[in-house]
Amino acid sequence: MRAFICTLLLLTGTFAFAMDAEIAFDDPAQLERYNNLNQQLRCLKCRFESIADSPLPIAADLRRQVKELMIAGKSDEEILQFMTERYGEYVLYKPPLSSRTWLLWAAPVVLLVGGIVAAFVVIARKARLPDTDPADPGLGTS
Amino acid sequence: MWRYIVPIAVFVTLLGFFYFGLGRDQQTLPSPLIGKPAPVFSLPTVEDPTKIVSNEEFAGRPYLLNVWGTWCPECRYEHDVLLEIQRRQDVAIIGFDWKDELDAAQRWLTQLGNPYTVTVFDAEGRAAIDWGVYGAPESFLVDARGIIVEKHVGALTMQIWENKFLPKLKETRE
Repeated sequence: MRAFICTLLLLTGTFAFAMDAEIAFDDPAQLERYNNLNQQLRCLKCRFESIADSPLPIAADLRRQVKELMIAGKSDEEILQFMTERYGEYVLYKPPLSSRTWLLWAAPVVLLVGGIVAAFVVIARKARLPDTDPADPGLGTS
Repeated sequence: MWRYIVPIAVFVTLLGFFYFGLGRDQQTLPSPLIGKPAPVFSLPTVEDPTKIVSNEEFAGRPYLLNVWGTWCPECRYEHDVLLEIQRRQDVAIIGFDWKDELDAAQRWLTQLGNPYTVTVFDAEGRAAIDWGVYGAPESFLVDARGIIVEKHVGALTMQIWENKFLPKLKETRE
């Protein structure tokens, strides 16, 4: 069993590193920034993966582009801007807040607040009902 | 009263979301490049890799840029449509051979017929990034002023060509 788990870990581990033939940056800080940027960019061909995770050639090309822009001294914003100008806002995993996306951003808060309000209304209403339910034979019998 | 209004309102809202979600084309992404000047490239041609061609040479007349590759099955299907567009002489077509093998591309054009006025060869896919290309085939219509006026992702059909591209082409020529 232990051998099996080790093999599994080894296999999945090598897969993650086999994405590009060589490591993009030797400097750990640069590498982290590079990985972080790649994770923010969507692979448009696969949609549900970032370019950091996708094995497709187009993702590899975009990673190379990110690397080159970093070497050219561009800031994170400039790199994301570069991609947005070419591929549209959809390339960003985190869509910017705009008139078209406010509902998307507001949805979790709206749903949470709505749920809390609904819960309070239901609980308050139930609290006003008598404690004993004649339809429930379990009450008072135990 | 509220007991009925609230669930019905929620239901109708959800129904609205689902209706518009279904009606929307999920596959085609809006290109931010439509209405913008076509990115300039200088690339070798498939016909003669020592010759460099730029799309600036086409300034002053409209053209269709068609992104393809011999590795792309849909491009094979689309090829006959491109030949038909070329036969009708609707517009000049520039081929954009993306991340391909040169000899395979040359064979493709010899065997299947060549609908392209010229075919540029982007082996590394750098110029393709400037055009926001993410999957072949893709087609861009560029007007005489050098502005991208239409884009289609996926294989062109005569129906798409006639309904989506020809009206735009007519507009730019007026």
